[in-house]
Amino acid sequence: MGGYQASLSAACGIIPSPLIAQMPMKVLGIETSCDETGIALYDSEKGLLADALYSQIELHQKYGGVVPELASRDHIRKTLPLIREVLDKADCALSDLDGIAYTAGPGLAGALLVGGSIGRSLGMTLNIPVIGVHHMEGHLLAPLLEKNGPEFPFVALLVSGGHTQLVEVPEIGRYTVMGESLDDAAGEAFDKVAKMLGLPYPGGPHVAKLAEPGTPGRFDFPRPMTNRPGLDFSFSGLKTFTMNTVEKNKVNGVLDEQTRADIAWAFQEAVADTMVIKCRRAFKHSGLKRLVMAGGVSANLRLREKLAIMAKEEGGELYYPGFAYCTDNGAMIAYAGCMRLLAGQQDDLSILAKPRWNLETLPSLS
Amino acid sequence: MPIILAIDTSTQACSCALNRDGIIIERFEIIPRQHADRLLSMIDDLMNDQALVYSDLDAVAYGQGPGSFTGLRIAAGVTQGIAFGANIPVVPISSLASMALQVGKSEIDIVFSTLDARINEVYWGIYSVEGKRVSLIGNEGLCKPEDLPPCVSGNPVSLIGVGSGLEFLNRMPEVYKEILSDKILSIYPRAGTMAELAVEYFLQGLVKQPEEVSPVYLRDNVAKVSVK
Repeated sequence: MGGYQASLSAACGIIPSPLIAQMPMKVLGIETSCDETGIALYDSEKGLLADALYSQIELHQKYGGVVPELASRDHIRKTLPLIREVLDKADCALSDLDGIAYTAGPGLAGALLVGGSIGRSLGMTLNIPVIGVHHMEGHLLAPLLEKNGPEFPFVALLVSGGHTQLVEVPEIGRYTVMGESLDDAAGEAFDKVAKMLGLPYPGGPHVAKLAEPGTPGRFDFPRPMTNRPGLDFSFSGLKTFTMNTVEKNKVNGVLDEQTRADIAWAFQEAVADTMVIKCRRAFKHSGLKRLVMAGGVSANLRLREKLAIMAKEEGGELYYPGFAYCTDNGAMIAYAGCMRLLAGQQDDLSILAKPRWNLETLPSLS
Repeated sequence: MPIILAIDTSTQACSCALNRDGIIIERFEIIPRQHADRLLSMIDDLMNDQALVYSDLDAVAYGQGPGSFTGLRIAAGVTQGIAFGANIPVVPISSLASMALQVGKSEIDIVFSTLDARINEVYWGIYSVEGKRVSLIGNEGLCKPEDLPPCVSGNPVSLIGVGSGLEFLNRMPEVYKEILSDKILSIYPRAGTMAELAVEYFLQGLVKQPEEVSPVYLRDNVAKVSVK
């Protein structure tokens, strides 16, 4: 239980890590960085005990993207009921909690503040340690929630609506960004292309579905930034290329169904091939052979398929989270927070909300 | 008497207060954009100073608004965290009522409580204040200063104006300028007066569960439907 730790932390300011490392820990995770309210309870011995998610997709759909103020207003309605739901599912009481982890950034400032305000004050009231977690560290560690998760070190491809990054991960807590998108994130490009093709937000799953009956080879889209060295990405040109293709192929102002599918296919293929080329380079560059993909776009089956083939060709292996843990969720935050709390890290009483936060500045666990 | 913790972050002021047997102990700071950073330390300091733990509390009162959206959610979130953690109810208090109470005297005053709502609008409410009792006349509103009702509810002969919305006084209908007997722009919502009001509400059973905490924004048209 938390009482012993709490008194220790109050007395010493920091918990000596070897002592805690032997004690199992139940950590509540709170994720409110964008348009999903995610809550989970993670046990360092038993694994994930329960989780719950509320997606605001419908709320934002008619606006064609996330409206930050509406997102914040919804988080304040949903967070506490979801915490209750998770505790009930896990058959746990508040007094069973040993720590709280909340997403402190990056993300929408107002949305982050909701999870932070509730999480930090709940921890203060229960007198248990609290930590603000980096959202992308959460994503990056999500595959470790699976039974056969990756061992360290590995290369991580983080692909979501807000990020596209290749990260070298020698150990938990140490991250070196090897390359990233210079403009749009991959998920953002999917959203924009979806809009061009008359598909709803969020675009990823809809574009993938539309691409299924697409004709390979009808359109040849560029693979941006692959013909020069480096691990950075750019999707803005590909987006414009897609837009031009859409306009050129309209007949009387409309695209026929097959052409829509063919464009979706060509776009998705270009994104996937670009990722494959960059990840292969990242293997060569780092000498590593394990590739972890995470973030919303890692749910894309074509991308998974192509990266798995590449990893095999290179004598390595591909890891990814279960579908539920590709997109934003509380489990990954509970897990990442638990690892840091077990290492003795914890925050003071400030409620942290860092809309921009460099992954490389995180303290290591050792 | 119940012990009540009150929290307010609806404006640039950040405050927390305890009501113990009618005695108010308050922490009040004007710290724009630092509420998230400072609020919990202020509460912790107040509780330690009074040698209280959270299980000693009977309820948490909070400034429900109107005010800064982000500020309202910080108070709402912190209230939820504390009340849920301590398994106690919450008491929502209007920021405008908290301001009106600060000018309460023994006789009945009519107070025009108003806050700058940005984009050329004001939040406002007309309150009848008698000593420590505050009652809202009509409803709280949000409008351009020019669009305030042309007659003040109850047709009072004099009006005390409080709050930052008075910056827009020269744009308000004539009657507000004519009957304004006193104006105090520097009055902010504060947890001390909220803690006073909250005890009354608490004893009357006007409490809510932590899940029901819901900021009163007054401004609800915050998004435009995309044309495309």
